[in-house]
Amino acid sequence: MTGDEQWLDREAGPVVRPYAVTRGRTRPPGVTVGLIDLVVSAGRHSAGARGLGPEHRRLLGLCGSSITLADLASEADLPLGVVRVLVGDLQERGLVTVAAQAGGSNQDENVLRSVLDGLRTL
Amino acid sequence: MAYGRYERPAGPAPPPVVTKLLIAGGFGVGKTTLVGSISEVRPLRTEEVLSELGIGVDDTTSVELKRTTTVAMDFGRITFPNGMVLYLFGTPGQERFWFMWDELAVGALAAVVLADTRRLPDCFSSIDYFERRDTPFVVAANHFYGSPVYDPADIRNALDVDSDVPVLLCDARRRASVKEVLIASVAHAMTRHQTAARS
Repeated sequence: MTGDEQWLDREAGPVVRPYAVTRGRTRPPGVTVGLIDLVVSAGRHSAGARGLGPEHRRLLGLCGSSITLADLASEADLPLGVVRVLVGDLQERGLVTVAAQAGGSNQDENVLRSVLDGLRTL
Repeated sequence: MAYGRYERPAGPAPPPVVTKLLIAGGFGVGKTTLVGSISEVRPLRTEEVLSELGIGVDDTTSVELKRTTTVAMDFGRITFPNGMVLYLFGTPGQERFWFMWDELAVGALAAVVLADTRRLPDCFSSIDYFERRDTPFVVAANHFYGSPVYDPADIRNALDVDSDVPVLLCDARRRASVKEVLIASVAHAMTRHQTAARS
């Protein structure tokens, strides 16, 4: 067997441990981003992007328009916890903004009605 | 509120209003089937760090360890013609993944507890959870091939849920059936909201 030979494929799972891309950090630097919070690129890349890893850049590329954290993790095929930390980094550098979705049990009746109307049209 | 319903300022592409429903129930009860019947299922990998969590609470030696476990989750996304987006999150079935539930439940409009009438006790923990959290939920008994069909009233009695909690039968493979279940859950949330507003 030569050194060039392919030992692993996608089926073998990740070769790099998931939190290696966050340099071992398992908690985001700021406020934790919720699953359906919307992440959007702030549109100024050049200055703050220095020193970013490839995963950071990949995520930045995916949030040109508003995207939920869940979709972002799914699209990037990275674990949710990892994406959270990386999005936190981007947020700290002012490269993305995060819009939290209204939470809590006190849901707006208009929202409930709109969802109900929407479901009925399916 | 500064704006009435019809006075939303017309800016360039406002971010969508995003909402979510939870699909809970025991392992293998058909949660992914249900989500897949009405929306495109998307994979979500999580790599949860278990060091601070209450697994193996009597095992203090593990406190120092950074251990991760992979929880593969699915979710569905439905975009309505009015631009609103509804996510369906299936809760991880095994009880060892309870720690993920709080995050899933925050801000959820409502929940669907999917039940298998052959193994009703499997959904007790989900029902307890939503009752404690005061999350509006409906119980949907998924019909499996070969399983007897029960009267929803009997299922209600067996589960001992409050009389205002809707209990219905469904077939998680059928889109129309799933649609009715989702409508029932949001309608129930609406009723609860209106009742609370009046009192």
